[in-house]
Amino acid sequence: MKDRIFKITLFLAALLILIIGGGMIYSLTTGAMPAFKEYGFFSFIFSSEWNYTAGSERYGALAFIVGTLLTSFLALAICIVFSIPVSIFTGEYFKGTKVASVLETMIDLLAGIPSIVYGLWGFYMLRPVIMNLGLSKQGFGVLTASIVLAIMIIPYAASLSSQFIKMTPVDLKEGAYSLGATRKEMVTKIVFPTVLPGVISSFILALGRALGETMAVTMLIGNTNTIPLSLGDTGNTMASIIANQFGEASDNRLAVLIAIALLLFIITLITNSIGRMLIRNMKPR
Amino acid sequence: MKTIQEPVLKLKNLSISYSPNEYAVRDVSADITRNTITAIMGPSGCGKSTLLRAINNMHALHEGIKMTGDIILNGRNILQMNPIDVRTQAGMVFQRPNPFPTMSIYDNVIAGYLLKGIKLKRAERDRIVEENLRNVGLWDEVSDVLHKKGTFLSGGQQQRLCIARTLALKPNLLLMDEPTSALDPIATLRIEELLVQLKEQVTIIIVTHNMSQASRISDYSMFMYLGELVEYEETSIMFTNPKDKRTEDYLIGKVG
Amino acid sequence: MKLDVSFNKRRLIKDKLFLWFVIVFSVIIALPLVIIIGTVLIKGIKQINLDFFIQTTPTTLEAMMANSIGERVPGGIANGIVGMFLTVIMASLVAIPVGIFCGVYISENRNKRFAGIIRFLSDLLQGTPSIVIGIIAYLWIVIPMGTFSAIAGAVALAIMMLPLIIRSTEETLNLLPVSLKEAALSLGTSYSAMIFKVWLPSAFPGIFTGILLAISRVMGETAPLMLTILGSSYIQWDITKPNTSVSLLIWEFYNDPNLQSMIWSASLFLLAAVLILNITAKTIAKKRSPIF
Repeated sequence: MKDRIFKITLFLAALLILIIGGGMIYSLTTGAMPAFKEYGFFSFIFSSEWNYTAGSERYGALAFIVGTLLTSFLALAICIVFSIPVSIFTGEYFKGTKVASVLETMIDLLAGIPSIVYGLWGFYMLRPVIMNLGLSKQGFGVLTASIVLAIMIIPYAASLSSQFIKMTPVDLKEGAYSLGATRKEMVTKIVFPTVLPGVISSFILALGRALGETMAVTMLIGNTNTIPLSLGDTGNTMASIIANQFGEASDNRLAVLIAIALLLFIITLITNSIGRMLIRNMKPR
Repeated sequence: MKTIQEPVLKLKNLSISYSPNEYAVRDVSADITRNTITAIMGPSGCGKSTLLRAINNMHALHEGIKMTGDIILNGRNILQMNPIDVRTQAGMVFQRPNPFPTMSIYDNVIAGYLLKGIKLKRAERDRIVEENLRNVGLWDEVSDVLHKKGTFLSGGQQQRLCIARTLALKPNLLLMDEPTSALDPIATLRIEELLVQLKEQVTIIIVTHNMSQASRISDYSMFMYLGELVEYEETSIMFTNPKDKRTEDYLIGKVG
Repeated sequence: MKLDVSFNKRRLIKDKLFLWFVIVFSVIIALPLVIIIGTVLIKGIKQINLDFFIQTTPTTLEAMMANSIGERVPGGIANGIVGMFLTVIMASLVAIPVGIFCGVYISENRNKRFAGIIRFLSDLLQGTPSIVIGIIAYLWIVIPMGTFSAIAGAVALAIMMLPLIIRSTEETLNLLPVSLKEAALSLGTSYSAMIFKVWLPSAFPGIFTGILLAISRVMGETAPLMLTILGSSYIQWDITKPNTSVSLLIWEFYNDPNLQSMIWSASLFLLAAVLILNITAKTIAKKRSPIF
């Protein structure tokens, strides 16, 4: 009898996750409804107006969708450039050594730094550099935010990719060497094609992380409600506009913010689903 | 007609250790005759694989393995050569077939060129692929699926693919590390027949734990025990009249 | 065979260059860590003293006055520390048991479709942006309660902690040898007793690591708290009222020109707390690795 109750309790705990997930979708959708009703679903997504003078309020999410996608994909590009060498360092060349272990620990710590600290560092240390390089007048903007974002997501991509690289069967490597290949040839032509699906999924998951990042981006992107057109332009992301405007949101605007949150939720949901499903095909994780 | 030539491989006082004073191979000296099959036999831990892997310097990949002595391949000491050159002259086939899973059968055969970035004309590539697949008796079986990945092939077919891949680089020496121990008896026999044909083109050294295999296909046999080369003789002589008691014990099954 | 000497030389040069490329880029990655921690450490250490921990944040006026006469701004982050303590503890009280139970369920019912779905959902929950979770907690708790509160903050943090604890519990349990279970059950132990007295205790290091990591993760969060606890200049023990947290305070300092000097010390505190938890968790995980 006790066991039955226990097993039911376990089931309920699992059910709770389902309820939370479903509840989130429900609440976001109902909360966003007023905004979609008012501005129309598609015109809301594709409009970049953001006018909150009472009486002629018009809102559209386009500027923030663009801001989010721009910063996240730029961050991903930078992330790819750096996490590939790092994962090859720890997964192949220096695999198992003390150096690799230290590097892996350092990268793990990078993942642990709170977002707001990244934002502060970006504000006080990176901004002046960007200003001096003449890339942006005040130092804010897409580029600054993307650079910090990239540093934040590199740990995820690098450690996951590294794990996949470490899993390459020794047989394949020896086969390549026995044909007279150099180490670089073996890594680029045998190891990498083999682990490519896993590496791609790790990048997709890193992208998912970047899409939802709030604080650091809010502090660095410049907070203008326009579509950014170049790297030095300021703008806003879906997450940052919510963070910024939440405090002073009237009912109407609250619905708009919730609508944006719903859009952000859906985008990250899709991205993460794709990433997770790719991994599922690779590892018995 | 066999002309008497320089031995393709000369081992002189070769010793290999994994850590100081722990010798896996002790003071082995032997000359390998061109166009023969030489079998290396012995109980587990006798150093036969270690010896084989020294010949194409696979040990260079692991720090901590020390080799002393000389290994002369085609007149040059491999220990003074760059491993990537050595491995083009001495090819290796492993115990478990290891075709590259991301490459098609076609590409697997010419993998030795692809990996090095050697660009071949289309006609040249086709020729190499067909010639080597025919050489290992795979052509008829795979000629219509050349561009599929090789993972659906049977174990025996995969191993023949690996042999074709190794032969495509035209090595003088083919090193085989228990190449049939993961295969079923029929596949094993096919590969054994193949090796007997191949020795016209290439010298073969095969590590095997299967005595009957050694007696079936090898011209010469080496018996190793605890790192020493105990006996090296023509197979027919060694099997009927072993000179060393340890060899005899192994052959009659007392040991190993 | 076309391997002429110069071709091979080029291959070997490329081989070397590649190695250097890998090394250089890896070193560059290590730099931000050193720079960020170094910056926070150097700038933050100046403001740290006992008062820092026991006094509450100064008002803008107090700070402005102190700045104008060149004195150290008075006050500390005690209100933030208490608030952080309250929200994290409350979140843990919910997330830990629920997370562990859920992890046990998924691990025990590995083959069932439902368990697979829940695991997938948990992974997706983990990837949900923290600000969205903040909105959810706002909709579920703040609005019905009619006020911002530490409870709302705790709910948001609990939702964020759950996936991490579920995952580490499930993964640790999956690695335990079945023979352990069988031994207990064959002695006539009931299922629930086996889980509580044998199975979970064996998984303790992995689960504990997961908990520490989850805590260190939510301690550093700001966005969801902005939408749920609002802020408070006083130490607030009433969990039904608005509260604050160290991360939230850092955000306030950032936005107030008079309180700039407090930014780094508060950041140092937060960073130290988070990283120490992180390192402790990883060390425990490594020490016990024979089991894993």
